[in-house]
Amino acid sequence: MQSIGEALGLAIALVLSGDPDLLEIVLLSLRVSLTATVIACMIGLPIGALVAIGRFRGRNAVLILMNALMGLPPVVVGLLVYLYLSRSGPLGFLGLLYTPTAMIIAQTILIAPIVAALSRQVIEDLHAEYAEQFRSLCLTRLQTVQALLWDARYSLLTVGLAGFGRAVAEVGAVIIVGGNIDHLTRVMTTAIALETSKGDLALALALGIILLVIALGVNAAVQSVRMTAARQAYV
Amino acid sequence: MFKKPFAATAVALIIAGAASAQDQSIIVQSTTSTANSGLYDYLLPIFQNETGIQVNVVAVGTGQAIKNAENCDGDVLLVHAKASEEKFVADGFGTERTDLMYNDFVVVGPAADPAGVAGMNDVQGALAKIAESEAPFASRGDDSGTHKAEMALWKSADVDPTAASGGWYRETGSGMGATLNTGIGMGAYVMTDRATWISFENKQDYSVVVEGDQDMFNQYGVIPVNPAKCPSVNVDAAQTFADWLVSAEGQEAIAGFKVADQQLFFPNAPTN
Repeated sequence: MQSIGEALGLAIALVLSGDPDLLEIVLLSLRVSLTATVIACMIGLPIGALVAIGRFRGRNAVLILMNALMGLPPVVVGLLVYLYLSRSGPLGFLGLLYTPTAMIIAQTILIAPIVAALSRQVIEDLHAEYAEQFRSLCLTRLQTVQALLWDARYSLLTVGLAGFGRAVAEVGAVIIVGGNIDHLTRVMTTAIALETSKGDLALALALGIILLVIALGVNAAVQSVRMTAARQAYV
Repeated sequence: MFKKPFAATAVALIIAGAASAQDQSIIVQSTTSTANSGLYDYLLPIFQNETGIQVNVVAVGTGQAIKNAENCDGDVLLVHAKASEEKFVADGFGTERTDLMYNDFVVVGPAADPAGVAGMNDVQGALAKIAESEAPFASRGDDSGTHKAEMALWKSADVDPTAASGGWYRETGSGMGATLNTGIGMGAYVMTDRATWISFENKQDYSVVVEGDQDMFNQYGVIPVNPAKCPSVNVDAAQTFADWLVSAEGQEAIAGFKVADQQLFFPNAPTN
């Protein structure tokens, strides 16, 4: 328990010192995970909405698959992306392995199913409320999807945050496709894994505390946007 | 009107940036001990200052490093498993293997020393004693250079520890640091390279119990990846790096790297 106090002190000292290496790692973490979240939302939200309002054969199987993919193990995603991006793999000519782009690709694959599955549930519930109204207005499918996505935007922000949380916290995928290269692909989680393997548990924990605070900050920022928007909506 | 040229310039800049970065940087597939001990943090700035070449290190177990290099995902291989390295070159993946430096393996154990091996310098005898007393022993179990060396020592001690896998013999399947953390957590003996041990910070009541046996010699080698197999290799920069490491200057730099006043790696590249 002594090391937790030590870690807390170290975390504060690290932040106060404004260590440029730490800043670089933090910024890369945010850049990779936020980009992955945005791309995953662009892919996952339309899929989730289409499945939510669609009635088609095999829909149940699609639902089960989407829900199951939420449990994709990061290491497996990392391995798959590695095999494709490796110089000996089909996309090796792109030279993307061990770059932040590779990390964004891996995290996008990891969290797109989460965004799709959760948004499907949110939109399906909303659609149940409005279905009759939409029918009476003779909306096209595209218009329906647009209306539902817009109306559910605040709940969908939470969906996006769930995806971001998963992305920023995972280490298995980014350590394989990024390689944890100093000043190039080292992010918070891989730095924590590295310090743990060096036996510097206090520093590892300190980095963990900082990561937690960053996640808190992102969530607080989104929450404040949401509250400001909601207040203005009721004025 | 404004957008197009801007986008084109941006793309051109990105491509130019990527191209020049490619010329100036290499990826080293490396064993973890050299990275975790801080050797690269010490060496690479010196090298980069002189040549302007950026060296990116991917630190994984020797087995995985070789595999990655065989997939052409690196320009230089720096590991410690001579037999596997020679096979790597023989199979055409590397151009030439050169001895770089050495240190040694040690067995670390808890102060309680349940197998009574503290102070021994006959590693086979110590391993046999650990097996006989069924004192817990944590192994890497990950096909790394250290794991291969450990398996060779068990063999020469005429013990098959894997028969007791899950019993007193525990294979963590992880890196050196993770195995030390695990082993120390369960009071097990662990074989580690000395560099990782000296720079390891979670030693608790552990210390070196077996050392000094000739058979625990740990040789590191450096191999540029062969462009004939891997056209993507940055040949010139890779060769420059390998040459610098084995040059008088590189060797001197390796010898100058110390943690807690102890030299971790002993250069022994052949002098021409």
